[in-house]
Amino acid sequence: MIRLIRIGDWLVILLAMVFVGFLFAETGHAGGARQVLIRKGGEIFAEVSLFKDRKIDVPGPLGVSLVVISGGAARVAKDPGPRQYCVRQGWLRNEGDAAICLPNQVSVELLGGNKRYDSLNY
Amino acid sequence: MIRSTIEIFATRDDHHVSRMAALAIGLSFVDAAIPLPVPGIKPGFANIVVLIVLARYGLRTAIWVSLLRVLAGSLLFGAFLSPGFFLSLCGALCSLAALFLASALPERFFGAVSRSIIAAFAHISGQLMLAYFWLIPHVGLFSLAPFFAAAALLFGTVNGLVAAHFLECEKVEAVPQVPIQ
Repeated sequence: MIRLIRIGDWLVILLAMVFVGFLFAETGHAGGARQVLIRKGGEIFAEVSLFKDRKIDVPGPLGVSLVVISGGAARVAKDPGPRQYCVRQGWLRNEGDAAICLPNQVSVELLGGNKRYDSLNY
Repeated sequence: MIRSTIEIFATRDDHHVSRMAALAIGLSFVDAAIPLPVPGIKPGFANIVVLIVLARYGLRTAIWVSLLRVLAGSLLFGAFLSPGFFLSLCGALCSLAALFLASALPERFFGAVSRSIIAAFAHISGQLMLAYFWLIPHVGLFSLAPFFAAAALLFGTVNGLVAAHFLECEKVEAVPQVPIQ
């Protein structure tokens, strides 16, 4: 078994391990998210920085959804919708993360430096 | 039976390539039969054949076997021209390019295991890039990268060891090499 692996092979295995470790460490906190985009009924309600803590009330047809931005993450803290999917989504941290409260027509999305796609179909 | 008016002359080399490709296709069925928790992660046993062919007959034959495997395999799976086919093709092409570059490494120190790992990493990089630029242009895709890389390391090493084992057996038994035209 050991005979099958040459010196250079060990080197390659080691380098590959370092690379895998680097990837795991890097993708953990790499997000690139900077802005929070809040939509109401398909229209942009607010676009604010992710790094300024605040609470935003977003009125929708069912009531008020509460969006909380804190410590570089955003979440929907309260929503009048019946199934609470967007609330259970929890904290959004990475670029492209989104929580959508469909019944109340409110969505929260994190944006990075460049504009991303709204939806994809293939 | 009526004799065909079209005759295709297959050289011994052609027969050999198709035999090896058939082996590789058989192994890709083994791949498909093994359930793995994360979609997109496969052991890639077919690459064992490619590695052995590369070591014994050179890059040209390995390219033939690898691309035939992708093409004929996709036809058998019913995936020809599907996104999966292009991902597979892109991965195979990147692997072959990496194997070409890796052929510069001294044989004395770098064996089949090195080549297998290098090819596996090239494979997932190519697939991720194609998936990102063509199918899912969303940064979230790259959060899968560490898992793909870990799988590439694991299966690359395993496949490389298997290939190295077969190549080693050959050397010990000193099987007379069949001359290829």
